[in-house]
Amino acid sequence: MTAVKEAPAALKLSDEQLLEMYYKMLLARTLSIRQRLLQRMGKGAITYSGEGHEAAQVGTAFALRPGTDWLYTYYRDIGVVLTIGMTPAEVLTGFFATRDDVNSGGRNMPSHFSHKRLRIVSQGAPVATQCPQAVGTAWASKLRGLDEVAAVYFGDGATSTGDWHEAMNFASVHKAPVIFVCEFNQYAISVHYKKQMAVENVALRAQGYGMPGITVDGNDVLAVYEAMTDAVERARGGGGPSFIEAKTYRLVPHSSDDDDRRYRTKDEVESWSARDPLVRFARRLNEMGKLDERREKEIAERVASEVDEATELGEGGARPDPESALRPVFVEEKGS
Amino acid sequence: MAEKTMLEAVHDAMFEEMKRDERVIVMGEDVGEGGVFRATEGFVAEFGPNRCVDTPLAEAAIVGVAIGASLNGILPIAEIQFADFSHPAFDQLVSEAARLYYRSNGTWNCPITVRMPYGAGIHGGPYHSQSVEAFYAHVPGLKVVCVATPHDAKGLLKSAVRDPNPVIVLEHKKAYRLYRQELPDEDYTIPIGVAELKREGSDISLITYGMMMHHSLKAAETVHEQDGVSVEVIDLRSVSPWDKARVLESVKKTGKALVVYEDNFTGGFGAEVAATIAQDGFDYLDGPVTRLASPDVPIAPFAGELEDFILPNPEKITTAIRKLASY
Repeated sequence: MTAVKEAPAALKLSDEQLLEMYYKMLLARTLSIRQRLLQRMGKGAITYSGEGHEAAQVGTAFALRPGTDWLYTYYRDIGVVLTIGMTPAEVLTGFFATRDDVNSGGRNMPSHFSHKRLRIVSQGAPVATQCPQAVGTAWASKLRGLDEVAAVYFGDGATSTGDWHEAMNFASVHKAPVIFVCEFNQYAISVHYKKQMAVENVALRAQGYGMPGITVDGNDVLAVYEAMTDAVERARGGGGPSFIEAKTYRLVPHSSDDDDRRYRTKDEVESWSARDPLVRFARRLNEMGKLDERREKEIAERVASEVDEATELGEGGARPDPESALRPVFVEEKGS
Repeated sequence: MAEKTMLEAVHDAMFEEMKRDERVIVMGEDVGEGGVFRATEGFVAEFGPNRCVDTPLAEAAIVGVAIGASLNGILPIAEIQFADFSHPAFDQLVSEAARLYYRSNGTWNCPITVRMPYGAGIHGGPYHSQSVEAFYAHVPGLKVVCVATPHDAKGLLKSAVRDPNPVIVLEHKKAYRLYRQELPDEDYTIPIGVAELKREGSDISLITYGMMMHHSLKAAETVHEQDGVSVEVIDLRSVSPWDKARVLESVKKTGKALVVYEDNFTGGFGAEVAATIAQDGFDYLDGPVTRLASPDVPIAPFAGELEDFILPNPEKITTAIRKLASY
């Protein structure tokens, strides 16, 4: 945790935007918890949680233009997709794998997000395959003379893959307007980052590819937002790719099938819980005089009712027609 | 009408598609200076380095970047220099390009073309000779064509570029400069999934594709002259989807089926063809559905004597035809 950058006090965010950030973080947290509870109740096969990552996710996504910039997320990115504009109901249709699941129509696992209008590109499960694709999408923007950028998200484990290295290199050689966002949460399932890499800060590698790399406190939403804003401006201005390493921690197991007590101590988890990005941001907003008890309660109530409503919608959603499993393998018509 | 080699046909198909549609680009290793086979000769001069793009030497990135670009208004023709080197891109092809449309329930599609020179018989050793069509034909969501004539190469490559799905175009490199063929001056395409009758016959149906099609035609000529056996030769041209109806129609007529493919015997694409004939054409058969392929050793050893021993050739096909004809 050396070289962690502090957020400057002066940021250009309005009070409304600051509270919107807090709202999205709380929404992501609450919806993650809801899915875990629903899974325990036997209402879904599996969940992946974003708990602990909210600052890294909301802070980065907040610097993008929804529906214009492109997103390649990974399964933990509930805070990213909610910030860009997916509704809690759209997330939960994926959890319940309903017929009208906007992500995949019940074809992909939950939290494998996709939303065409919001330019959240459908994701596979192999780690880091999204990285070269994001580079391609960003590069296409450049070729077409557009100012759209792409952001690609992944965890620390992804930085060991060939696809990640190939993507970093390609992006830099072709100056693609892409931002690599590493949600560095210390573990690739059970494997600690010290077994994943021999460097303390993986952002060091960016330099070897000829792009700026920054390590940022991933539990400080404003610091993350600032780093992302810099990177997005550079990409939009023709300066090419950037790499952001947001140091954070997954507060719960990898998935509902994982038992994290096998590979990390209670003390460690508790020490990171004390740095909970949500609690931290609430305190900060309070100190800044922007979030009093009344507003905090209002936001909490709004989130709770939205999550309840989404749960109802998702749970009551139509089941897929079994025979629809045979489709759609190929685009049948040209120009589709 | 102009006489063209298959390589020139490949060049012309891409050139004409890039002229027709400015979204089309080519990308790959060495394509900027014309490519190791010269398929993109003159492209940078004509289209500039942003539409004929030299990439880093990284196949997963070539395909992955092509996928991403195809989602944002570009129609990439990605070149894998040799099909043998497509394996690092297997994940991008199989897990990503092939599954994107299905896993997004039809909201994202991936209109990429991936060209791969493939096949043996050119002293390419074990890494410039492989037949990879069975790997990719196995995967729902990918279309796969195998071309070995100038006319087919041009027409199918154009269809691939215009197809809204990911299409792998396997070009048999031994056929690149094998002969010249008159090609129409006007624009034409050949539908993916349609086989072609290369020689009509009545005694045996020989189903093949790629370089083996040329060898099979020679063998058919030999047995016709020497034995009076009439062999019908069908060139599949596409292996995914493949023209089952055309094959079964032929077997219904002849009652005998010989499937010839260059790949290893076990699990090669010809095994699928043979199994289909055995299951759906059982009532038509007067002899065992027969496969002729390379033995199960890495294709292909470098030394001429070794490579020649491994690969099916007109003589081996002639022998197989005679044996099947004797039933």
